[in-house]
Amino acid sequence: MSVRGPELTEHGPGLEERGPGPVNVTLSVNGTERHLHIEPRVSLLDALREHLELTGSKKGCDQGACGACTVWIDGRRVLACLTLAMACEGHEVTTVEGLSADGELHAMQKAFIAEDALQCGYCTPGQIMAAVALLAEGHTADGEIGEWMSGNLCRCAAYPNIRAAVRAVRDGS
Amino acid sequence: MRPITYSRADDTAGAVTTVSADPTSDYLAGGTTEIDLLRRNVLTPRRLVDITGLPLTGVEEAPDGGLRIGALARMSEVAASPLVRERFPAVAEALEAGASPQLRHMATMGGNLLQRVRCTYYRDAVSPCNKRDPGSGCSALEGFSRGHAVLGTSAHCIAAHPSDVAVALAALDARVHTLGRSGEQVYGIDDFFLTPAHTPHREHPLEHGELITAIELPSAPVARRSVYLKVRDRASYEFALASAAGALSLVDGTIADVRLALGGVATKPWRAHRAEGVLLGAPATRDAFAEAARVELADAHPTRDNAFKVDLAQRVAVRVLETLTANGRTS
Amino acid sequence: MTTAIGQPLTRVDGRPKVTGAARYPTEFPAPGMAHACLVGARVAGGRVLSVDASAAWEEPGVLAVLTHENLPRIAGQPPLVPSLFGGPAPGETFFPMQDDAVHYAGQHVALVVADTHERAQHAASLLRIEYEESEPLTGIEQGRDQAYEPEAIFGGFLPARNSRGDVAAGLAQASVRVEGTYRFAANHHNPLETSGTTAVWDGDELLLHDGTQGVTATQLTVAALLGVPLSKVRVVSPYVGGSFGCKAMVWHHPALAAMAARAVGRPVKLALTREQMFTSCGHREEQEQHIALGATHDGKLTALSHHKLSPTSPFDDWAEPSLQTAAQMYACPNYEGSYRLFRANTMTPTFMRGPGDSSGMFALECAMDELACRLGIDPVELRLRNLASADPASGRPWSSNGLEECFERGAARFGWYDRDPEPRVRREGAWLIGTGMAAAGYPAPAPGTPQRARARIYADGSVVVQAATPEFGTGVATAMAQVAADALGVPVSRCRFEKGDTDFPGIAAAVGSAGAGMISAAVHTAATALREQLVGEAVADPGSPLHGADPSQVAVHDGRMTAGPATEPYTDLLRRNHRPDAEASGTWHPPGMDAPYATTTFGAQFAEVAVDPELGLVRVRRMTGAFAPGRVLNARTARSQLMGGMLWGLGQALLEANHMEHGTGRWVNASLADYLVAVNADAPDVAVELVEVEDREVNPLGVKGVGEIGQVGANAAIANAVHHATGRRVRKMPVTVEDLMELPLA
Repeated sequence: MSVRGPELTEHGPGLEERGPGPVNVTLSVNGTERHLHIEPRVSLLDALREHLELTGSKKGCDQGACGACTVWIDGRRVLACLTLAMACEGHEVTTVEGLSADGELHAMQKAFIAEDALQCGYCTPGQIMAAVALLAEGHTADGEIGEWMSGNLCRCAAYPNIRAAVRAVRDGS
Repeated sequence: MRPITYSRADDTAGAVTTVSADPTSDYLAGGTTEIDLLRRNVLTPRRLVDITGLPLTGVEEAPDGGLRIGALARMSEVAASPLVRERFPAVAEALEAGASPQLRHMATMGGNLLQRVRCTYYRDAVSPCNKRDPGSGCSALEGFSRGHAVLGTSAHCIAAHPSDVAVALAALDARVHTLGRSGEQVYGIDDFFLTPAHTPHREHPLEHGELITAIELPSAPVARRSVYLKVRDRASYEFALASAAGALSLVDGTIADVRLALGGVATKPWRAHRAEGVLLGAPATRDAFAEAARVELADAHPTRDNAFKVDLAQRVAVRVLETLTANGRTS
Repeated sequence: MTTAIGQPLTRVDGRPKVTGAARYPTEFPAPGMAHACLVGARVAGGRVLSVDASAAWEEPGVLAVLTHENLPRIAGQPPLVPSLFGGPAPGETFFPMQDDAVHYAGQHVALVVADTHERAQHAASLLRIEYEESEPLTGIEQGRDQAYEPEAIFGGFLPARNSRGDVAAGLAQASVRVEGTYRFAANHHNPLETSGTTAVWDGDELLLHDGTQGVTATQLTVAALLGVPLSKVRVVSPYVGGSFGCKAMVWHHPALAAMAARAVGRPVKLALTREQMFTSCGHREEQEQHIALGATHDGKLTALSHHKLSPTSPFDDWAEPSLQTAAQMYACPNYEGSYRLFRANTMTPTFMRGPGDSSGMFALECAMDELACRLGIDPVELRLRNLASADPASGRPWSSNGLEECFERGAARFGWYDRDPEPRVRREGAWLIGTGMAAAGYPAPAPGTPQRARARIYADGSVVVQAATPEFGTGVATAMAQVAADALGVPVSRCRFEKGDTDFPGIAAAVGSAGAGMISAAVHTAATALREQLVGEAVADPGSPLHGADPSQVAVHDGRMTAGPATEPYTDLLRRNHRPDAEASGTWHPPGMDAPYATTTFGAQFAEVAVDPELGLVRVRRMTGAFAPGRVLNARTARSQLMGGMLWGLGQALLEANHMEHGTGRWVNASLADYLVAVNADAPDVAVELVEVEDREVNPLGVKGVGEIGQVGANAAIANAVHHATGRRVRKMPVTVEDLMELPLA
């Protein structure tokens, strides 16, 4: 564990340090290179929402306890609130805005609408990003979906309909 | 979150040298603890050194049949590893009982061992807390402590260790490999975690900058039928109220080998040495299991809010032992 | 003819929600946006001695530090009146930073504004605030001795004591008595979107994007607090990320965001942190209820005594109305109920889904289950024997009822009737299996003000209907398009409902399950007015085939007006007359409080649980609910909302608990990791039966609402199922591991 450092000091020994003031960061988001000028402490979630106007990824808790900020990094579902934007340089970030191509909804998005797997809609992008990733991961047997979708809280409690949407896409129906 | 600087390490020695030389720096791996606690002002490093690019990943087979798990392997990768699932199923079960699928894709094995306690008073960055601010006192002693520990506590700290997989690792005699300023070290897992005693801020023996490089699981045939059981209020995405990892073998109805560790109820992943002592050579009966569990919890120190954990921990231990001796899970 | 109303159409706003395109209140960009961060008091009582902001000001980008020393005084404090009454609706009659007093932990004592979110947040953490601390009063055990009976609760709208008959005599004459004290942990709403406001001043005009159940309520409240003309305050909130009551009243942050924006001369975004959601927008109070039932041998109730004790804030006599529906459910001649309060170091509690009835009906329905067990009468049968043919509290007839059919259809769907009533006789491995049921009831309240909407048809036949109500998960945009389609006789696909803007005609806050009824009433009235206007023009138009027809004989369907053989599309009428569009407004005047009938929504809940008595675990395996919510506007979204309510009942029964820590007055579970709401794996599949009953009284379309009734009684059905599984009666919520561990080890 570190000891508390001075607020702003000269850089320390060893590896090159970037920051603490704003630095140039290049992210690949939804297949597009995006250039930001941000402090190293900016989370991926805040970079998306506040700097790139990609507000589909939601902030529900900012501490890894709700799943509303679920995005993919290199195809894996992760939490953008506990990820530094800078740490994503060199990786591919995918958000809900990158899920549907050319205005055509992803099958999971269609299934969420058809199964009424959403109410207020605030957890929905995170649920969908988790659900599509789940299909790739496996764990889609009827009895498994609930457990493997439990990282995404839905306070409207659309859970049974969310499971139905995952089953529908799994079964290609 | 306080201002920070960011460095990215591309070789292990350079990372260790940098962090070791700078007491205001921390490693950044999965970030699930570090970023969370930075934002809460509980951890206050000035610099983060991102080590996710270091070649400390993967699960490798050791010549003796054991496994070497890279410190930067993600929880989800290790849980999915066929080698882990076949030889150390309790490890896979514990991993999949922890956190959420998203967090398991982020969190690394080394980071999991170093995750911080979930004590409200530690996490609020305000209350007196000997772990966060040595000498300031322990707010949990008189506070709300339903989730706190009953074993390994001291008058200075009663926070429960939150890891699931560390409980399975404790039961299965894992070893923790590190690299520090003074070279490579290997710690038995039971020695790796410290009880709070008078120094709750010291949770492990690592020097600043000493980096976990691997977790070694020694070959153990008994572990092939190991199990992990976790009890919590909700069905998923919650830390344990009580948990147990176990493995057991019988010879002629008598317990020939047994491993048992408890989670959620102790200040460190709790190897149940006393219970194992009672069980070795005993018949595999519910009475023997209950007696072993009773002996293990005999010195428990509950609070007003968590007295039920003394009882619950015994029940979880007994259930694990029964599971191991029922439905063919013993070897 | 098929109507659009009732059809299970998919949500019209599904697409923006699944693509992330829907904008929530803190997602509206504005040039020069600044970010505000609130600071809550670390102590639960006392006063702020000093605020040292010097370290905060050293952080780059800091624009303002507002405290009681420099925040402008409010123009006036409106009284606490539930937002359904249509006026200003502050959540508590207290506004922070007007002086140095601290009344509860987390009370806003400072607001820091900076050019980025990170800088505001960090600067806020650098404020050094010194307090003079006084010993707080927190929970029921501390406050019991100081309890008093207020004159009224609930903003003064409900008496604190009600009685009928002679409850002592009723208990004395009873053959069987059941009595118990029920304890309820405090609950926090925790919608996934935290509350937040974006405030943009343009000269003296204020634009707010606010997470609210009523844009008008936000407008009225902020204008009153700031002393700004209503015409200068516009609130635009098309989408809100859930509420469940915590956005039903208007709390401090919208006005604070506006004050901050004025102070820094830039647009300001103020999003509460998750932790601040526990101390900034109310909660369901901790409470204790004592209930006593008396009954004859054949199960007829002779007496019901029901008393509640709960903490309230230093400012307001607030208790959620837990005793109202419980007093009306059954034909019981002798009744007495009262609320007692004590003042604690807490903010004023507030509405939370199923406000009042989810706790009051829990106590009643658990007691009824106990009575059924004592008498050896099936729990459904016991309730049928006590059905009230009129409201026992007021004597007024029901506007509609449907409870008996709910019991019948719910029981049939669930498979209740072959149940063995004997507790603790079904086992599957380590699990004991049990089933339980409960009745549900919730008022169908009317708003206090006229409700308005506007309908416009364009010459191409497309229709826009507008009303100032936000969408926070109910599916209002879909349902209101259906309502407009039927009233105008156009395909629903041609109708669009525009919402969430105070520039649209006024609607009260959509709270207490009143939203669907009152908004549909306004939309129906407006669309009907537009239809009548068009029909009137057609029959008066010599160029129309309908010329001279009797307007009352003109039917409308598929965008055309028809009287006998004569028929004309709306589009022809408009085009012929060179009209780009036609528009009409509609105002619905709700019935007053003295309407000669009682309006309550009823339902029946059934649950099956598995209990591991050694480990204390409960898992709910399935739930069935049958509800009679009057007319259903959209069967798909109604089912979803009812299902969500039932799963809320599950959470309340088994998971959700908060406690104020003695000594510090802080909430002990102030995160989503600690305050446990149900996750997917907790939620079983849920069956919902819709029992449509005709109601000619509540509103034009007979809509009684589905927001709350799904939750009421679900918790009791689960607790009763736990009893059936284990033989153990747990009179508290939530029921947790430590309540159910049994069977001592060998």
